This record gives sequence, C-alpha cells and structure tokens, in this order.
Amino acid sequence: MATFTVDGKQYEAASGTNLLQAILSQSLDLPYFCWHPAMGSVGACRQCAVIQYQDAEDERGRLTMACMTDVQDGMIVSVEAAHAKDFRASVIEWLMENHPHDCPVCEEGGECHLQDMTVMTGHSVRRYRDKKRTWENQDLGPFIGHEMNRCITCYRCVRFYQDYAGGKDLGAFGSKSHMFFGRVEDGVLESEFAGNLVEVCPTGVFTDKPFSQHYTRKWDLQSAASVCPGCSVGCNTFASERYGVLKRLHNRYHNDLNKYFICDRGRFGSHFVNSQQRVRHAAVKANDGVFEYGDINTALNRAAEILKREDVVGIGSPRASVEANHALRQLVGDENFCRGLSDSERIVTDQACSILMKGGFRVPTVTEVESADVVFVIGEDISNTAPRIALAIRQATRNVSYEMAKTANIPLWQDAGVRGHAQHHRNSLYIASSNATRLDEIAEMTFNALSDGIAQISSQIASQISGASHENEFVKSVAEALLAAERPLLVTGTSSRDPNVLNASAAIAWALRTNGKDPSLLIVGSEANTFNAVVTCEGVTLGNALSRMADGANAVILENDLYRRAPAALVDSALAGTGDVIALDVVENDTLPNADVVLPAASYAEQTGTFVNYETRAQRFYQVFQPQDDVLPAWRWLSQIASLSGRTDASWTTVDEVTQSALAALPGIDATLEELAPTKDFRVEGEHRIARQTHRYSGRTAMTADVSVHEPKAPEDEETPYSYSMEGQNPGDQTGSAIPYSWSPGWNSNQSLFKFQEEVNGDLLGQSGGKRLFDVPSEPDAEVDKEFDFSVMQDTRDTTDGLLPFSVHDVFGSDELSAKSWPIAKRAKGPYVLVHPSDASALHASAGSGIRSHALVGSFEVVLDNRVQAGSIGIAVGLNGRVEIPEQSIELVIDPDFKPRQLGDERVIAKS
Amino acid sequence: MSLLDTKPLTGRVEEVGGPVFLADYEAGGGYVAAKKAITQMTPAEVIEEVKDSNLRGRGGAGFPTGTKWGFVPPGPSPDGGVKYLVCNGDEMEPGTFKDRWLISNNPHSLIEGMLIGAYAIGATKAYVFLRGEYFEPKAKLEEAIDEAKAAGYLGKGLFNTEFELDFRIHSSGGRYICGEETALLNALEGKRAQPRNKPPFPPASGAWGRPTIVNNVETYCNVPSIIEKGADWFRDLGLTEDAGTKIYGVSGRVNNPGLWELPIGTTIREIIEEHAGGMQDGYQLRGLLPGGASTDFLVEEHFDLAMDYGTIQAAGSRMGTGTMILMDDSICPVDMSRNLQHFFAQESCGFCTPCREGLPWIESLLLDIEEGRGQPGDLEVLDQNAQYIGAPGNTFCLHATGAIEPLQSALKYFREDFERHITEGRCPYRTNGSA
Repeated sequence: MATFTVDGKQYEAASGTNLLQAILSQSLDLPYFCWHPAMGSVGACRQCAVIQYQDAEDERGRLTMACMTDVQDGMIVSVEAAHAKDFRASVIEWLMENHPHDCPVCEEGGECHLQDMTVMTGHSVRRYRDKKRTWENQDLGPFIGHEMNRCITCYRCVRFYQDYAGGKDLGAFGSKSHMFFGRVEDGVLESEFAGNLVEVCPTGVFTDKPFSQHYTRKWDLQSAASVCPGCSVGCNTFASERYGVLKRLHNRYHNDLNKYFICDRGRFGSHFVNSQQRVRHAAVKANDGVFEYGDINTALNRAAEILKREDVVGIGSPRASVEANHALRQLVGDENFCRGLSDSERIVTDQACSILMKGGFRVPTVTEVESADVVFVIGEDISNTAPRIALAIRQATRNVSYEMAKTANIPLWQDAGVRGHAQHHRNSLYIASSNATRLDEIAEMTFNALSDGIAQISSQIASQISGASHENEFVKSVAEALLAAERPLLVTGTSSRDPNVLNASAAIAWALRTNGKDPSLLIVGSEANTFNAVVTCEGVTLGNALSRMADGANAVILENDLYRRAPAALVDSALAGTGDVIALDVVENDTLPNADVVLPAASYAEQTGTFVNYETRAQRFYQVFQPQDDVLPAWRWLSQIASLSGRTDASWTTVDEVTQSALAALPGIDATLEELAPTKDFRVEGEHRIARQTHRYSGRTAMTADVSVHEPKAPEDEETPYSYSMEGQNPGDQTGSAIPYSWSPGWNSNQSLFKFQEEVNGDLLGQSGGKRLFDVPSEPDAEVDKEFDFSVMQDTRDTTDGLLPFSVHDVFGSDELSAKSWPIAKRAKGPYVLVHPSDASALHASAGSGIRSHALVGSFEVVLDNRVQAGSIGIAVGLNGRVEIPEQSIELVIDPDFKPRQLGDERVIAKS
Repeated sequence: MSLLDTKPLTGRVEEVGGPVFLADYEAGGGYVAAKKAITQMTPAEVIEEVKDSNLRGRGGAGFPTGTKWGFVPPGPSPDGGVKYLVCNGDEMEPGTFKDRWLISNNPHSLIEGMLIGAYAIGATKAYVFLRGEYFEPKAKLEEAIDEAKAAGYLGKGLFNTEFELDFRIHSSGGRYICGEETALLNALEGKRAQPRNKPPFPPASGAWGRPTIVNNVETYCNVPSIIEKGADWFRDLGLTEDAGTKIYGVSGRVNNPGLWELPIGTTIREIIEEHAGGMQDGYQLRGLLPGGASTDFLVEEHFDLAMDYGTIQAAGSRMGTGTMILMDDSICPVDMSRNLQHFFAQESCGFCTPCREGLPWIESLLLDIEEGRGQPGDLEVLDQNAQYIGAPGNTFCLHATGAIEPLQSALKYFREDFERHITEGRCPYRTNGSA
C-alpha cells in the first residue's frame, strides 16, 4: 500500500496503480479522456494534469500527468492547484478548437464525457478564431453511427477495437490535427464488439445507430438493472425505455462477469421487444381455425379448461425465466414437464450440469478467465456462442506480457509500453474446432475435426497428461502446456451437441487434478437460461412430449418454437394431434399458429425474473417498463390459469414468491431470494424506492394527448424496489446490483461508474448481483471420476455419400430472439455453409455460390473454410429459422438461381 | 600529419577530393578500428573507450554515447533474443544537412562506426533509418554496404570471429517525428510514427521489444577514430569541455553558406565570419537558431559564445545539430516564427493534445498577426500557449517543446516587432502589403 496526499488529505492506494486511478478510486473528481479502467494509460490527452510536489517544503511543484505517474508512498499532489486547473482548462480549450457546438442535436448530449469535463474544468469562452476542421463520415453498418467532426482524438476507439478486441478494420489515419478514426472505406465494422465504441468514445463520434433512429436523451430514459438474454454468459445491462419502446442497452458493470464490455448481439439484439411481430393480444382459435382476439378472460377460461383435462404436457424453454419454467412445472407436474430442449441438447446439457454439480472443478468467472495462463478451447466456437468469454480469453493470452513488463520494470498500467515490450508474445491458447474461429489468429496451435475427432484428441490429451505417450504434436503440446500452467483453463460448450466433447473435457480436467493441478472448466450453454436445468426437475424428453401430443395429449408450450427443437415432421404431427395446445410467447414464430390458445408473454424487459448463467449464477433482471396490451409475464399467465383451476400450489401474486418457490423446489440449493438481488421490499436507507426515471426526466409531454389530455398516473410497482417515476433515490446512494443507470453529479456519462465502485476496477458498492447456485466443493470427491463416463465414442456415420453436417453458430442470427431484433437482422448473413475448398471444387462451387440439399430448408451460400475437415459441411443454424441439422451425411447440388442475401434495409420500429 | 588527425569525419573526403569508397577508405586506415575493436578488445573495453572519449550524441540532445551503450544488458540475452543497433539518419531538422553530407561522402565511416557499436552492445542486426527523400545518400550507402559485404566487413564470421552483423537500410515514410528515437522505432516496426513513453528506454526495450541503441549518423562516424586513436586524442580535439570535432553549418544570407568540421567549441562569430564568409552586403545579422529550427534564438550578445553543449545551453538555447539558421534584418521575426510553427504543426504526430491542437492555434494566431489581423491580447494567448505547450512533460514527447523554443525566444527578443504588427495592423517588413 502507498499513502499519498491529495490537496492536504491523506489517502491509501495499492502500490503499482497509477495516480489517476488512485485518485478516482477515492471518488475524487479529476478530468481525463484517454485513460480507461480496462485499458490503462497511454498519456495522449494530457487532461489529468496535477501538481506533484517533491516534499512538504516544495511549494512550486511540477505539472505531471496523473495517469502516467506511479502512485508512490509519501507522494504529495494537488488537483486543485491553480496551475493544474489552468492547464486542464487549456486542454479543453485545445480540444474545443475543432469540436462542433452541436450538443443540442448530438446523441451524446446529456451523457457526454466531453461535456462533463468541459464543465468540470471551467473552460467557457472561445478564443480560437480559425475555422473548425470537418470530415466526411463513413457508413459503418447498421450498428454504429459515425460523426468524425466531434472527435477529440483520444485514441480510445482504436485502442479498444484493435488492441483490446483484436479488430482489424478500424484504425487511426492521418497525423497532426487531422487524425481520422474509421475504416479504410465505408463498410460494416467486422468486430462483434464494435458496439462498445459507443460507450468507449468520450463524445459523440461513435453512436448507437438504432438508438439514434428513435432517439431519447439519457435523462428521459426510464431504466432498470437487467441481464442480457443473448447467451449463457448473463452479462449485466442497463435496459432503457421510453413510451413503451425499449430504446437501448448499455453495459452494466459486473465485477465477475462483463465488467466494462458486452458484445453486439447483446447490445443490439433486444429490439425484438419492439418488434411488429410481437404477440400482443390473447387469442383463442375458433372452430373455423381463425384466431379471435380481444377478451383475456375467454382465453384464460379456455386455457383453464384445457388444463383440467387428464393428459397435459408442459414444454418449458431455456430462453424463458426460472419463474416461468417453475410455474409451468408446478402447473403440469414433474411427470408431465419437459424442459423444452431438443433431445440432443438435453443429453449434452444434462452432461454439462452433471459435470458442473458433481465434478468439483473450478468454474471460472469471466474475470477469472482473463487470469488463465494456458487456455484450451474444446469444440466450441466461443466467439459466436459466448462472445464475452472469447474477449476474456483474448485478454488471458496477454498475461505473459504483464510478466515481461514486470521484469522490464514497466508499470502494468502503461498500456502501450506493456504491449510494445511484449510484441507477439502471448500465453498459449489451443483450439480444437470444426471450423475456423476468430480466436485462431492468437492461438498457438489449432486442431481441425468434427466433434468426435475433437473428443478423441481431447481424450488422448487427458491420457497424455496421465502419463501415456502419444505421437500427435497437438496432443503433446497441449498436454505439456496444461501441465506446466499455473492456472490452466478448459473452455467447452454444448453447441456441438456432442456429450463426448464434454466427457473428454472433463477427462482432461480430471487428469490435471490428479496431477496436482487446479484446472478451471468452463462449459458454455446455448441460451440465457439453459442452466435453469440445475434448478428444475429432469422431466420428460421432448421426443416423449411430442409423441404424447401426437397421441392426443394437450400441451402448454412456454416461449418455445418447437420447430427449432425437433425435426419439422415430428413437430407437425405433434401439433396436429387431437389435443389442445396453449402457447405463450413473445414474438411470432412457426409454432404459434398451430396453438388453440395464444397468450402474449412479456419480454425480459417487461418483467422481473431470473436467468441462470453458465456458472450456475442466478441473476435477477428487473422490469424496465410495464407491458402493454394483453401482455403479461408468462409465469403470471400460468399462475392465473392455475388460480382459475383452483390450484393454489401453482399460483402466486408476486414474482418474488415464484422465485422463492423455485429455489425451494430443489434440495441442495441454499440460495435465497435476498442473495440474488434486492427484493421488492428493499428500500434505500430503509425508505426510498430506486427511481427508474432520472431527476431530470421531462415528465409531462403531449405524447399520449391523442388518447387523453390528462397525464396518465405513474404505475405503482408491487414487484420491485423501483418506482415508475422520478420519485425515490437516484443513483448516487449506492444500491449495488440494482443501479438503474450510471449517473453521478458532474458525471452524466457512463464514466460515472467509478462512483459506484469500491475502487476503480473493484466490485460495486453493495456488490455485483447474482448468486451461484452451486459452488465448487472445497474437497472434491476423490472417487468422482467414477460418476462419469469419460470414454469417447467413435463416429460411425457413413460418409461415402455426401458431406457430414455439423452445426455452425453465428453471433448474429443463430440466436432466436436477437435474430428478430432489426439491427441484428440487418447485420446477419443469409443462410450459409462452411465448406472445405476441395469439397467446394468437387461440387463445382466457389465462395458465394449457392447450394441446396433435399435434407435442408432453402439454399445456402458457400463460404470456404480451410479449417473445415474435408468431407464435412458446417451449416449455420438459425439463419433459415432452423436449428436442428440432419444427422447423416447429406448430398448437395448447386443452386443456379441462388442470389446472396443483400443487407436489407427494412426495419421494424415498434409503435410509439 | 594527416588531415584525419584534426578532421576525423571529413579529412579523408578532403584528401580524396570526393566521396570516399572502400579502396580510398581502406587506404586511409579504414576498418582498422573495427578490426582492432572486434579482435583485440572486449565489448566492455570498447564501451569504456567511448565513455572516456566524452563523445556526446550529435543528433542534438548531447547524451554521452558510451553511457548510453552501457545501458544495454551486456552479453547474450538470457532468452536468446537479438539486440538492435539503429542509426538515426532521418535528418529532417530544418537547416540541417550534415548527415546527408556524411553519408554521401563518407559512408564507410558510418558502417564502421556502427560495426563497432554493434560489437560493443552485442547487436546482430543493424538498421540505418534514412530520411525518405535521401535518394542520393541511400544509393551511396547501398554501394558502400555492398562493398563492405564483399570485403567481409559485414555479414557472418567477421574478422574471423563469431561476430556477425546483418546491416540494412530502412527508408522513412517521411515524418519529422521519426527523428524522435522511439517514434523512429515504431516506424521501423511498421507502426504509426508516434513516440513511446519512457521508460522503458530503448536500451532496455526498443525495436520489437528488444534492447536497442539509436544514435545519430555523425555520432557513429566519430567512433572509428576514437577506437583507432584513443579517447585522449579525441578529448583533446575539443576547445572547451566537450570532446572531438563538430560539423557546423550555416544557412542564411552569408557569403559562403555550407558546413565545416571544426573543433567543438569554436565560437559562433568565428563560424560565421571566418568560415561562412560573413553577412552579405546590406544585411545585418539580428539573431540565429544555433542548432536547427527547434532551438531558441540567440542574438548579438551571444555571438562570441563557444558552440558547445554546455555554453549554448547556459545561454538559454541548445547547440542541437550545430547547423545554424541566420535571421538578418530583412526578415520579419513574426513571419519567420509563423513559418517555423507551420512546420512544427504539420509535423506533429497527432498523439497528444497540446501539440496536436495547440501548435495549429499558434500558427493561426501568428498568421493573423503577420497579416495585420492581430488583436490586443493575442500575445498573451501566445505566451500562455507557449508556456503550457513548451514545458517539458506537458506534452508526450519533446516535439512541441522544440517547437516552442524558437517562438518563446522570438517573443522575448523581438517582442517589439510582434507588438508593432498588432498596433499598426500590418507587417512593417512589407512594402505595399507584400513582403
């Protein structure tokens, strides 16, 4: 620790931090631009100047940049000294020479770090007389707006995009006072993390394009703490609404998970909430097969009637909340409840849960992923299925650069120095995958195979670790590196649908542990609540449920498009069964038209609920705004149906009760509702609700004057600690995981975050949210391996005809709900397949050709991939609305009429 | 007595009467020093000899060369990695043309100096980072490198030892900032030519993260004679505290502009009067930039000072490259300042705010003042900017500090001229509105 003095007051900081970070960690104000808590210092903007004194006698001191100064024990500095303040005002004056005075029409206005810093330094009178420099902007695709005139050349964008996220197509061009930040030419930003530019840019150069199209000032947004529904990582988000439209998502800091960055699926994938395809009205199918809308009670009564019958199966969903799944399970009973996973996914997910719960392996947080020293990614294209983990792996490969920096006495926060010194040196990353991945470029070695081959090579690695002697270079290298590692990390997942891959991964972890290592094992699930499996019953298989339906059983389908879960023929016959079907969902899909009762379910932003992420962390997301029309949270529909049927065991009044009931339903889970996040009874200082609206909220407008000239009464909130108004506590008095948006006096932008942290990069005051339902046993059972079948089965599929299919996941389009978000729909590719060039030429196909197969729906664009094993074909799932792929090899033909998908410009903005 | 005894850098060129290539170079004792260093001396002894000689960096900063070499971890790197020796030949300082002359006329002295330097620090790869426009010097240097390779002075197994040196030329893309050694290294690595933070200093972590020495052309050219004739001889060449000779240059309205190798410490007046032939008729010398555009003006009271590092620094300027730019009484100090600031604003790398945004503002203000649009208060704005931009440490590197040196001193010595521009609303040096 170092004790240092700022303007006469003593503070403490950890040695090895820079002065700026130490000062901010004390919640003191000091303007800055180029420094970023996750990216360190480069000393470009010169904004954080302070006066440093040699000793107590020194009255003059020396101007120094806080971000480029190591905090030292006994250091004496002044933030308030006149010379430092004057210099900081000068820096703003320089930056303002060319910055347009367009704040009133700038999307950043009201949450602009440059605005805040300008006010903070006191610069107000323009003395520069020359003209301002101007630029032509670029079209960077559907996500990111570009307004270069506003640029203050802090270099944060390129440092994030290139250095941190590994992007290639955004750079710094030009020199002197003519620095341009953008692409070589117009075009879609390639990185799946481009959206972070919106938050990294301290002013309005890079803006959230979808948000700009239905723009609202930050102070007019109604926000709440939320959790991303895009994948199994469970990144924390601020979700913001106005006039019934979910306007945007921003990153919400979670110390163990996403920290400062989220991926673009998360950021731009939530506009399905506003989709014109939203199911908004309860409907009952009349005898003529036409849906009748309008009366909720008719629908509820009809549903209750169906539920009263003997044979009712309930099909849950890995994208629905813990509460909705629990309500369904309670309603239909364990023996009739299906978790809604496809049969292949169910097997692999159960295997994942079994390994998580019984294996006793360390399950790393995202933050812990960043500290791994050797990483082996096994059969999961992590950049597409859990992008935030891939970003963390990218950081993990930089740990050696910190070691090198320590040896060379380069402070670790000195970003350019650390990177420049380490050059190409990286920690070892090994990847076994069926296709090229975006992490390959930083991998030490890669291995190409289908999932069975990956499982086999992994199982050889496990035996190599345990002393066997294999010839394969990949096996030898990975085994050696993992054994030499201090913090070895294995990353795998369920997307290959092959439990062998998980078995082999667990076998490696087991082998490492028996050799004295403490490996981490991370298993990515497919959807936001896939690991709800750990809190629910085993239930029946989907195949069983579907065949019961085909045989006449009635069914309740919860937020699930069955056509994404099972072969179309099976689903068709199930839905054609004589039983009646109740379907609840958020957005229209192929299953809903076949239901007899359709109930509109609330999206995650319109309800409070819980998702269980890949580490079995149960996380609360809060209702951001009340749903309109007939829409209700699915658990509430089910609860009302239960209530009509006199089922008190399956009806609740508040979501907190459902969550408690769900947590109590499975023995072995000791998490309580209070541990997840503040409950409905939480009050700041014992009395204040947390205000969803800012204290500057514009309040009365004429937006609803066409309905009534009277201002509608703000809804009462019975279920959360928030209020639907400006009343209550605004951010500033900390509520940890329930902060609705990041704001602090003088800090209107997201840079205000440090005011909510114990220290910069530390945990949130009042802690980040969520609770792991299972913790790693401190003493793993030595016999635990006996519970697993580590053996790996050989793929015996016939490959003489055609190509063996495997599924490929695309961050944009493979996920069901985000694919229905219009920015993602614009960004996503059309259906495509990955083919080895030799197979492509055998088919007389080249990159961009179209091919089709009788076993697949529609035509696919051919994408050549050298890492695809010859004889196999990667089918991008979800892009044609289908997820299940054929098991056996398929024969393909050229589609001469194929036209590659053009980036569509149709967009769906919800009603306002 | 050979000319080489008093003019180690240019003596042989004078004797030969033109560019010195291998045969002439060897005939004048070329590569004897390299052979001596590599076959008879340890690297530590070479560094010690250079330290003893008090050779200081001739690029402008004057850092003791031997001391710099001593910062490189001696011996083979524990990780087996290479070390680099780099020559800074990115001579873009306005008014400076000494390195161009040296490379064009005495390329082997540079190669030999670098050979000795590489041996001293254990570098196996050497780069000459050459100003992009130096086509002719590049051709000459290439020719010399080919000769040296053919003669076994470059390559592997030099002088029948294990020592080897891979020697290459890198032509700059062309930015003044590449003269800053860390920006040069970034450019060499193919990155943006932006300076790096120090520490780490290049001897610890330079090119591609490896220990690296960067020295100026003239610095390296001095090394062979130090090794051959000894540190004592070199020290005795200097007239003052500093050692050796220096190539001094003069540009401006003198009768005989050019450059001359003279004992370091020769006075300014002697250089101008005796070597540059004095001012042309009708022109009075008002001030001069002693060592390139990025040094403070010196005026009449300083003309009898010795041109060495310490003396010129004590007078408030820097000897810099030792090639002076003269300002006579026909030149408007405001216009000259504007011209200089235009250069520095253009050449800012664009990394840090004060330099990137402050210099163009200064240039724009100076243009306003020069063209009669100056306003009361402009000089105070200039003063404030000069103070905030110029103080070392306020900007990321010393580019802006160098830019402000001639401005701040012009505001000091020629303030009346600035004030007259503003009060009269015109440039008093112009007749009929034009210069």
